[in-house]
Amino acid sequence: MRGIISAAAHLPHWRLSHAAVSGVLGTGAGRGSRTVASYDEDSLTMAVEAGRRALLGAPSAPSALWFATTSPTYVEKTNATIAHAALRLPGDVLAADAGAGLRGTAGALRSALASTDPAVLVLAGDVRTGPAKSPDESNGGDAGAAVLVGDGTTGTGPGAVIAEHLGTGSATREFLDRWRVPGELRTRAWEERFGEQRYAALAAEAWSRALDAAGVEPSQVAAVAVSAPHPRVAAGFTKRLAKDGVESIDTLASTVGFTGAAHPAVLLASLLETAEPGQVVALAALADGADVFLFRVTDAVVTHRERVRTLAEQLATGDDSLPYATYLSWRGVLPTQPPNRPEPARMSASAAERRLDWKYGFVGSRDHSSGALHLPPARVSFEGGAVDDMEPAPMADVTATVATFTVDSLAYSPSPPVVFAVCDFEGGGRLPVELTDVRPADVSIGMTVEMTFRRLNTSDGIANYFWKARPVHGVAPVIDTTSGHTTAEGND
Amino acid sequence: MASHGIKDRVAIVGMGCTPFKEHWDASADDLAVDVVGDTLDSAGIDKDTVDAWWLGTAQSGMSGITLAAPLKLNDKPVTRVENYCATGSEALRQACYAVASGAYDVAAAVGVEKVKDSGYQGLNAFPIPTDGTQRTLTAAAMFSLVAPAYAQRYGIDPAELRRTLARIASKNHANGARNPRAQFRREMSVEQICKMPEVAGMLSVFDCAGVADGAAAAVVVRAEDAYDYTDRPIFVKALSMVSGNASGLLDPEYDYTHFHECEAAAADAYAQAGITDPRRELAMAEVHDCFTPTELVLMEDLGFSARGEGWRDVEAGAFDLDGDLPVNTDGGLKSFGHPVGASGLRMLFECWLQLRGEAPEDRRIATADRGLALTHNLGGYPGEMVSFVGIWGSERG
Repeated sequence: MRGIISAAAHLPHWRLSHAAVSGVLGTGAGRGSRTVASYDEDSLTMAVEAGRRALLGAPSAPSALWFATTSPTYVEKTNATIAHAALRLPGDVLAADAGAGLRGTAGALRSALASTDPAVLVLAGDVRTGPAKSPDESNGGDAGAAVLVGDGTTGTGPGAVIAEHLGTGSATREFLDRWRVPGELRTRAWEERFGEQRYAALAAEAWSRALDAAGVEPSQVAAVAVSAPHPRVAAGFTKRLAKDGVESIDTLASTVGFTGAAHPAVLLASLLETAEPGQVVALAALADGADVFLFRVTDAVVTHRERVRTLAEQLATGDDSLPYATYLSWRGVLPTQPPNRPEPARMSASAAERRLDWKYGFVGSRDHSSGALHLPPARVSFEGGAVDDMEPAPMADVTATVATFTVDSLAYSPSPPVVFAVCDFEGGGRLPVELTDVRPADVSIGMTVEMTFRRLNTSDGIANYFWKARPVHGVAPVIDTTSGHTTAEGND
Repeated sequence: MASHGIKDRVAIVGMGCTPFKEHWDASADDLAVDVVGDTLDSAGIDKDTVDAWWLGTAQSGMSGITLAAPLKLNDKPVTRVENYCATGSEALRQACYAVASGAYDVAAAVGVEKVKDSGYQGLNAFPIPTDGTQRTLTAAAMFSLVAPAYAQRYGIDPAELRRTLARIASKNHANGARNPRAQFRREMSVEQICKMPEVAGMLSVFDCAGVADGAAAAVVVRAEDAYDYTDRPIFVKALSMVSGNASGLLDPEYDYTHFHECEAAAADAYAQAGITDPRRELAMAEVHDCFTPTELVLMEDLGFSARGEGWRDVEAGAFDLDGDLPVNTDGGLKSFGHPVGASGLRMLFECWLQLRGEAPEDRRIATADRGLALTHNLGGYPGEMVSFVGIWGSERG
């Protein structure tokens, strides 16, 4: 049975309320809020966070990884290989970018479903921004998402198919709707009504092709997730479906925003959070064409929801107090004065490659004789002094406790002050490390933190990725590295 | 295998120390020429009498040529040493060992640092290529980690600890106000310091050492030759150096309320010097007060206070100029700033003045007749530091 084995989304902690924007710009206050990637997040880090969740407990690695975004960290250099390193995938796994267009995610998903590879991981992430007052600023949102596609195992545990693939339909016709020149902040658009009508036609074609391919009647479809670059396009197709009695799920417009290349995968994760076993559901991804995917949800979806941090949980724990000026400065729209300190030096490519598992995978080492954990990995043990007698210790999914902390207003940071803590890991190990997704006043000795993959800084065009710690909000699934057993713990 | 020390085998017979300040008009070369001139005059010798030189500088130049070129030294061995913020003490230590070994009759240790040419506030390290995962916190923030940990461990209210730290800064400012070589010569009350905005944890800029350029130097000879140069030499009683292995960054057992390296260096130094009760046997101590929590913890690490009692002793004025063990009588790093290569030698310069009775009257200590002074110089951060402890005496035992 081929289908979806796992799906997960990462919503950044910070939210920008539309009221905060209108308070500054004086335009009418929109409803709700949008998600905002922190200053240390980008399309890749958010996709990695989602990928970690999607792969949590997976019995085997995928054969290929595709990464889709319209806001890549690099062109020329492949971004997906960084995700490959952060997710600690084996060397025989292909890692490639799906291209910079919005349709990349649907393309990768369709290829993954049609592939003969036992499993394929589709990652997507986007940071949606634009000039102040732009539609992308107000309608956009930032997120990462991951879909693990494959043949699946039997049963309901990790590795089982949670949504069986029934059929796909696509429709393609070149038309100019939205475009952005690489490096530019602003996405330009043709008169919206033109795109609206082209999309309506393409969506209808893809929809009927998918139904035909799956041999399914519209009345059998319980819910559709519609991802579209304009709210009106989504609303139009939703209305069209409603005529056939087909329900559409929330597009997350007023809580998350349209998350670009990530959105089809975010909505797919959302769809699978609420669908019941046995139901037929569909994803309609409208982006320079239309792609409709039909699935039948299986019993395995129930345990999957317990395993993965859901969108609902993430929506409930965000911080919507982000000032608009901070948002603008994070996106570079409003340049702010940095502390008068030297900027960080660029990382060394060779030094980073030597410590690939540490830098990208957060893997330390554990001394066999003393059990002492070393972060970063070491050759000589600080306890007992044994030499070259260590095994890798993956620590990315282990929580830690704050032993002491500080707030540094003097250090260079893309968003001062730096909040920093000495973190002691569950079961041993310590790392003094930067905290993120936290307000300085909320840090305390003894608080529980979890690791998250972030971009520390950028120098000479090189994005320097590593891990930070952040407070555990709500319930965090935590893998016990010794047994693979999943437990849950939280701060609140 | 043991640390034997070189007690009473070598002596300091000449010293110099420039004013520590923003020397916009002086280069590292200028500071070296000035301080070496004063130091040689103090010992009554010329540069050719010095057989070997050690230059301590962290970031103002590389190799011995940094000193040999401005001084136009002639075919002499000159070694540049670096050991973080203990660089000045390290240069001194090497010079002392060189004389003690019998290799040279006269050696000089020179510490020079030109900090204020970087264009940035504070001290900034050379960028060494790395994998990019190292923290980029300021030293102030690294040392500020001590404050909440100390408060938590000993159940002290953070506001109370805030006052204690301000008390340390205020004391050092008061001493520095009495020192014409100090960068900052203004007294600061505890209340004033407590009101300053936080910049790193609970620390304000007044909890941090200043940033200054400066230089200090010493001439070292065999103890038996010392009186050929001066009537009042200072004898080496102990030289101790411990390099931590950074396990504090790895080991959850380390609680950020003490500096193991300093404790170990002090134990070694006291053993070398035969000191059993430092609080009462020492006339004074110059310690590495890079940040106020550092000085607090050092009072315990150096054995001046019992564990967890340092803050009470600070509050009681035990380490004031007129306390039972005056600490940082010259004003410390707090008043002098911290030109890295020079600080360790600047500390010795104050011992030199106090033990010889040459300190100005308004900061002269009443305990000088105890005849023993301690310098403590550290480099690095809590959990990963190098620590130097030297003990100096006015009498050869």
